[in-house]
This record gives sequence, structure tokens and C-alpha cells, in this order.
Amino acid sequence: MYYILNHMVQYTWIGFDASFAALSDATRRGVLEHLGRTDASITDLAEKFHMTLTGMKKHVGVLEQAGLVTTEKVGRVRTCKLGLRRLEEEAAWIERYRQLWDARFDELDKVVEELKRKETVDGRKKRQ
Amino acid sequence: MDARRDSEPTPMKNPTTTERKSDRELVVTRTFNGPAHIVFEAWTKPELLKRWWAPKSFGLTMISCEADVRVGGTYRLVFRHDAFPEPMAFFGRYIEVTPHARLVWTNEEGEGGGQVTTVTFEEQGGKTLLVMHDLYPSKEALDAAIASGSTSGTGETFEQLDELLVTLGASVKRS
Repeated sequence: MYYILNHMVQYTWIGFDASFAALSDATRRGVLEHLGRTDASITDLAEKFHMTLTGMKKHVGVLEQAGLVTTEKVGRVRTCKLGLRRLEEEAAWIERYRQLWDARFDELDKVVEELKRKETVDGRKKRQ
Repeated sequence: MDARRDSEPTPMKNPTTTERKSDRELVVTRTFNGPAHIVFEAWTKPELLKRWWAPKSFGLTMISCEADVRVGGTYRLVFRHDAFPEPMAFFGRYIEVTPHARLVWTNEEGEGGGQVTTVTFEEQGGKTLLVMHDLYPSKEALDAAIASGSTSGTGETFEQLDELLVTLGASVKRS
């Protein structure tokens, strides 16, 4: 199993923080299980999990942000289903990839600043 | 709570962009406020590379970092994500090294032929424009990398996520 995980992880850990946050809640795990069986409206889900519409909207919002659920509004009904549409999926992956490199480059900025300072100091020493 | 002093204005952060340039190409760009030889040094000295490649803010911890930056030399970066017990390794070989200007390496951790990464460093007025270009062997290879990193295609991914949660649950109970 570790092999499968490891292989998957090479490419996927990028988005896992959001996924884990989304899965840390029992209601949200329940919603995912339910959506695994059938698509549902937010009203259906609120009833099924004995929640207010507002409360369920929040949970669905978290799942949506983590890329676990997609919603589509038809008329007055918002339908939830598992996963993302393909193009959105790609856009989400590219955005997570960007966030990873952005975080790396923020750290790299610090290294560059330090090397620049060091070079300035060394330069002064040489001139003295 | 703001610890910044007025005398030290926060410098403008340079934006990072990513784009799928074609079926087989992924491009990342970023400008750095320093000359190319300094940015290049930070990419090619292992003791500097290890300071930024696995950012803490992303839940990553560097375990080991080896990079023999010359043509034919190999690299191996091992790091861990907070959420996973098993470390991950990225490794490959440098196929082009032009000081202060260009680095090309292979990525060999995946199955089959991996992507080839080219990084160019272009200095303009004391700043450096960095372009990182990943060329995948085929459209299918890049699609697969994206698909395996996404959360839909639910069946298999959720099964793996389930397994993962069980593992995590077990390790939490143990501790």
C-alpha cells in the first residue's frame, strides 16, 4: 500500500492540506459518501444531515474549495456532485502547483537577499 | 500584532505564474531581486537548495539534499509532508549546466520516461527573470500527472484517500 501511496503522493501531496481539512469533519465525510451514491441538492443534504441550509452551504463550500465536490445551479436548485469538471480540475492542479512554487520562491527570496548582503560586505572588505 | 517597523517597508513580492503552454509543456516564471549569478548559486549549492526547496509553510521538511551540479551529475532530494509517514524522493541527472544562465535536468522518480526540466536565468537591471520549463514525453504523461494529482476520477482516488485516512487514524491512535 505504501508503494501506491508513495507513487500517488509524488504528484498529489500538493493539494492534500485542503483535502485533509475538508475530511476532518464527520458531516463532510458523510456528505462525500452520500454524493458517492447519488448527486444531491443542498436542500436534500441539509435535510439528510439535519442541518440548516446555511450550515450545509458552508460544508459544501469547504468541500468545493478542496476540489472534492462540484456544484451546479440549475434554476433555483444547486446540485452537488463528487469531483471537478475536467478543465477546472486542470486549472486547480496548475494553481496548486503555482502555490507550491510560490512558497518555494518566497524562501528563495530570503536566500537571495542573504547572498546579496554577504556579497556587499565581502566587496567592501576587498576594497579596504 | 504587526511587527513591521515603519522604517522597513515590505518590499513588493514578485508574482509567480504557472501555465500549461502546450500539450506537453508546463511553464513557471518568477523574477528575483538579485543578479543571475546569485540566483543560480541558490539553485546549485545543495546547502542553499535545501533551505528553500521544501518550504515549511507548505508542510514540507527536507530530509536530505544532494546535488552534483555538472553535466552527468545526479541529484536526489528527499523530503516529507506533514500528512504522510513516508518520505518522498525526487531524483535525476543534470544534462546541461551553463553557469548563471541555464540548467537542464531529468526527473526519474516517476514511472516511464519523466519530464525534462529546463531553468533559465536572465538578468535585467540587477534583477533575474527565472523561467522553469517542464517538457513531458507525451500529452498523456502530463495529463496523467495532472489527473493523478486531482481529486476527481473519484473511484480510485477516494479508495486511496480512504486507505490513507485509515493509516493516519491508526498512527494517531498509536501516539
